[in-house]
Amino acid sequence: MDIKLPIYMDYQSTTPMDPRVLDAMLPYFTDHFGHPASRNHSFGWEAEQAVDTARGQVAELIGSTPKEIIFTSGATEAINLAFKGVQEMYGEKGRHMVVSAIDSRPVQDVVKRLAREKGVELTEVPVDKEGVVSPDDIKAAIRPDTILVSVMMANNEIGTVQDMAAIGKVCKEAGVIFFTDASEAVGKVPVDVQAMGIDLLALAAHKMYGPKGEGALFVRRKGPRVRLSPQIDGGGHERGMRSGTVNVPGVVGLGKACELCREVMPDEARRIAALRDRLQDGILAASDEVHVNGSRTRRLPHNLNLSFAYIEGESMLMGLHEVALSSGSACTTSTLEPSYVIRALGVSEDLAHSSIRFSLGRFTTEEEVDYVIGRVNETVKRLREMSPLYEMAKEGVDLSTVSWKAD
Amino acid sequence: MAYSDKVLDHYNNPRNMGSFDKDEEGIGTGIVGAPECGDVMKLQVKINDDGVIEDAKFKTFGCGSAIASSSLATEWLKGRTVEQAMAIKNTEIVDELNLPPVKIHCSILAEDAIKAAVSDYVDKSGKGKDAATAPAEADAAKTRA
Repeated sequence: MDIKLPIYMDYQSTTPMDPRVLDAMLPYFTDHFGHPASRNHSFGWEAEQAVDTARGQVAELIGSTPKEIIFTSGATEAINLAFKGVQEMYGEKGRHMVVSAIDSRPVQDVVKRLAREKGVELTEVPVDKEGVVSPDDIKAAIRPDTILVSVMMANNEIGTVQDMAAIGKVCKEAGVIFFTDASEAVGKVPVDVQAMGIDLLALAAHKMYGPKGEGALFVRRKGPRVRLSPQIDGGGHERGMRSGTVNVPGVVGLGKACELCREVMPDEARRIAALRDRLQDGILAASDEVHVNGSRTRRLPHNLNLSFAYIEGESMLMGLHEVALSSGSACTTSTLEPSYVIRALGVSEDLAHSSIRFSLGRFTTEEEVDYVIGRVNETVKRLREMSPLYEMAKEGVDLSTVSWKAD
Repeated sequence: MAYSDKVLDHYNNPRNMGSFDKDEEGIGTGIVGAPECGDVMKLQVKINDDGVIEDAKFKTFGCGSAIASSSLATEWLKGRTVEQAMAIKNTEIVDELNLPPVKIHCSILAEDAIKAAVSDYVDKSGKGKDAATAPAEADAAKTRA
């Protein structure tokens, strides 16, 4: 079987653009290049029409109204706008925010800055060993001065999908704004801001077969009406919340990507989950002590996160050099710390160093999955033969009782 | 991160990977690092009656650079005396493998592993100390340096 290498299994890092998205975008670079805020000629009207259409496509995918969609340069900007905008607007009312332990890196970074510079007090809500946030824990963390609760809808590393409706209900009862970074979830699993009680939602085009550099923030207008201080001043675009000329081709691409995801979601999710399960079964059947990180039931269809005991993650990736994957190993990040998400599950540090994320997508084939199963199993065998830890474990040494001589 | 050709070569074709029976005579074993730090190296030397390292083996849990550092160390150890082995510096490993700054700790671990293995032999046999101080051995070390 001829197979094209390298194989891409890092769809949760970013996705390739769907060619249909590109086709939709192209005319807006050249023929229809107008400024959507130009009110007195057809170039502007065309652009405005395209942006309105896209706003509707995004809104339809998440169950909002078009007016509640604010276009941004991506999820990170949307997250910054949400947190900083809420803090400035509601800072008088309270200084407390509640964030889940496995919220995304941009959320972690922005709340740390707000804590440092604006006196925001944070409560980090832990997750259980599957990465699930308990609505009761959120309820217990909310104080009279809480102005925002943030729970990432689906985690980027382990794929755990939260019970958003239950958490939304808790927030609604307490009268607290509920934010979610849904960049991993939108387009992959059903999202409904009404049913889930979400007030602010960040999403990114490049995680759902759209272009990089485009995203959106959903800002609820009714029940409650959420107000935000703008973080970028300029021409008052996007209802005054995000100035700057709208990236029309990018917005058109985001809209088209949302439309396609909505059309194919049920079939696509089923197909990809079947491939993911095939990958999981093929790897787990071949080797002992391979652990699934996260939840097997509340999980994104395209995510598989495994820890290969006694094998360090980066050496695993090196052995699988023709497959694009990610690792929670410290060696693959700039921080020299293993993944905070994996550690939040209560997984031991050595297993955090051994974690590998496989993420599948629209263009993943069964042949690719089978190829990767074979290569993973070979590499596990080879690296375990090389691992002193595996040898000790096989000799019956309890590794947790060894006193290690680290430098 | 791009790996140097030498790191890739050691990773793909590790030299002297395996284990000796640590209770056998003439064997010194060093285990350094910790699983929670993401690196554990086991390095073993087999030393003859003349105090010369006849053979060496390693097993490593760690990144590609850690595997390469320990693989290289076993190559360098063969044929050296105890004293010469103790003189191997991590910077030599860094230079040989073109390790980037973030991977220097791998070379330090390899140097520690060498020292731990040789010291284990010395402690167990008591022979290494004499060999290391014998005039002929000291001369050999100077020649190499």
